[in-house]
Amino acid sequence: MPALTLTIDGRLVSSRAGETLLQVIRGNGIDLPTLCYLEGLSPRGGCRLCMVEVAGREKPQAACVTPAEEGMVVTTGSERLQRYRRQIVELLLAERNHTCSVCVVNGQCELQSLAARFGIDHVRYAYLSPRLPLDASHQRFGMDPGRCVLCARCVRTCDEVEGAHTLDLRGRGVRSCISIDLNEPWGRSETCTTCGKCVQSCPTGALFEKWTARGEKVRAPELIPRILAWRETHER
Amino acid sequence: MAETISINPVTRIEGHTRIDIFLDDSGAVTDARFLATSFRGFEAFCLGRSFWEMPGITARICGICPTSHALASALAGDRLLGLTVPPTAVKLRRVLALAQVIQSHALSFFFLSLPDFLPGLRDDPARRTLTELARSHPDLVTNAVQLRRFAHDITSRVGGGVVHPQWIIPGGMAEPLSEKVRQEFLSQIPGLIAIATATIAQFRQMSDGLRLAGRLGSLPTLYLGLTSAEKTLEYYEGELTVMDRKGTLLMAGAVPERFPELVAEELSSWNYLKGPYYAPLGAVDGSYRVGPLARLNLVARAGTRLADAELATFREQVGAGHPVHDVFFAHHARLIEIMAALERLQELLDDPTIIDRRVRSRAEVNQSKGIGVCEAPRGTLCHEYHVDENGLLERVNLVIATVQNSPAMNRAVREIARREIRGARLTEEVAQLLQIAIRAYDPCISCATHAAGSNGLVIRLVAPDGTVVQAFPT
Ligand code: SF4
Ligand code: SF4
Ligand code: FES
Repeated sequence: MPALTLTIDGRLVSSRAGETLLQVIRGNGIDLPTLCYLEGLSPRGGCRLCMVEVAGREKPQAACVTPAEEGMVVTTGSERLQRYRRQIVELLLAERNHTCSVCVVNGQCELQSLAARFGIDHVRYAYLSPRLPLDASHQRFGMDPGRCVLCARCVRTCDEVEGAHTLDLRGRGVRSCISIDLNEPWGRSETCTTCGKCVQSCPTGALFEKWTARGEKVRAPELIPRILAWRETHER
Repeated sequence: MAETISINPVTRIEGHTRIDIFLDDSGAVTDARFLATSFRGFEAFCLGRSFWEMPGITARICGICPTSHALASALAGDRLLGLTVPPTAVKLRRVLALAQVIQSHALSFFFLSLPDFLPGLRDDPARRTLTELARSHPDLVTNAVQLRRFAHDITSRVGGGVVHPQWIIPGGMAEPLSEKVRQEFLSQIPGLIAIATATIAQFRQMSDGLRLAGRLGSLPTLYLGLTSAEKTLEYYEGELTVMDRKGTLLMAGAVPERFPELVAEELSSWNYLKGPYYAPLGAVDGSYRVGPLARLNLVARAGTRLADAELATFREQVGAGHPVHDVFFAHHARLIEIMAALERLQELLDDPTIIDRRVRSRAEVNQSKGIGVCEAPRGTLCHEYHVDENGLLERVNLVIATVQNSPAMNRAVREIARREIRGARLTEEVAQLLQIAIRAYDPCISCATHAAGSNGLVIRLVAPDGTVVQAFPT
């Protein structure tokens, strides 16, 4: 595989062709924030938290979907980028009902730790506080759309890893929601295999195992790439 | 001219309230009401949520007694699941309930009420503050801090949260207790019992000098609360007991789940507090009180050695066999309960099974209705949940101690206002007396209305035409 040379935050680094900027950046020990990206799943470029500046391109680029190119000069942490990232997380918090103190994933939530990382101690946007009903119809799992950040990690996991494609996105913009089959209660889904992978991949408390209390959800998103790796080993 | 006087705010209570005193044209007091002036609506916004979240959500009703709300909520959740909680989890929940009593009573007695008692009544209001108390009696404040720190440590290390104990969950406890933590708590108890003993002695001394007995409203009421089957103090589960004004038991040995059927609520047009009464006797005769005074009236014995000795003294005040109606003695009752709680904690922690690892039962939703009742520091607390087949809440009813005491508080305020207000003026002394009376009930308005809001109690004198003629503080 041909090697490429790039400059990241003033440092010369090399990468293999076909890698994304995110892979190169993380491969070089830089902790670039992400939310919709989950190793093993097809990248989506939805949340924009991974955005970086590339010399010569006016708009910031989502690193998870931007291929590394020869000679690129990349900045990962400029003042502007930090401001944007903070705004994104604030908007996510304002869009739905993130009441961490009573959430199943309190203390282990990716959204919460991003907020902490960016020092978000208050939100400058008006809360929309939408009234979104819980779906507790599934025997084992629950879904609270009020905590969903629309990253679609669950959608891709269900489709690409489990192969069930039970989940999808419906609606537009901030009003989008995860929909199950043809917008059925989860408990009535005929395609769901009850594998639980979507729950593991979800970065927030939007998907959870029932009978978990506050802060009890154990997240293991790293299961997803591990499952894919095992599968590859078996197929070989 | 007929007038209104308001007192605003009366501090050192929990929440936002007002006392309105109504005058006639001659300036005589016609009526007085203790009101809650804020509204929160927990019962409404919880609808559609899962009962699994309720211990966490309802613990946020109150920063003083979050453990009590979590316990009542988890108990209601246990019923929805239709399971039996492992015995060790029951013991751990009892430990938390007792810590809650110590924490809240120490706050009420030392920090909210002592500043009235120690400089002496009618003293300069500027001297009736906690800072002043810390300066004049540092030993007492240190004692209070030690008791409260111990209780907070239990909440955090047995309950999983400094303020909001998150390990109290439907089905039991999320985490067991470790031997190390058990030993640490056990080692602290003797020192705290010494503190409680000394505080009781100090209180007896100052209470004689205060001459407040008989002046804070002592209308007889019924009493309601939980007791153990042996008629000793019990804060978690136990049996519902109701006593009449003369000390005769109207009801004993009832399962706590019967609470909603025994208590009816009267909604009021002028107050966010509902006015509950003992249903079998009707709204007029069924007025009852809950809380420390009620509990000590209801039990035959406290159930522990030192607390029982002090309970005998407590009862001598009115003569054995009679309920103590005078709310001033609620302070004494709180101190006895702190003592009993420390002794009970010693017993519970001495029990080697308290560190058993099996603390959680699991089940799916098996019942559509769940009722959880426990004794919060301020009295009986009831959470009633109705859920759909998936465990989502369709109806929530929370009956809170302060709400149950509010009719009695109203009567006390009326009694004091009628007796003490002269010439349609609210003097500093009367305003202080009204506040002391309200504080003796240790009301928690945040709980009562499940309401947010800043601190303070306003007292207003109101003329027949509705104008406010005097407000306190001005
Ligand atoms: S449990 Fe498995 S099959 Fe069902 S929605 Fe989640 S990922 Fe898809
Ligand atoms: S449910 Fe979870 S994984 Fe799915 S889109 Fe929402 S936040 Fe992402
Ligand atoms: S992680 Fe790249 S856009 Fe979400």
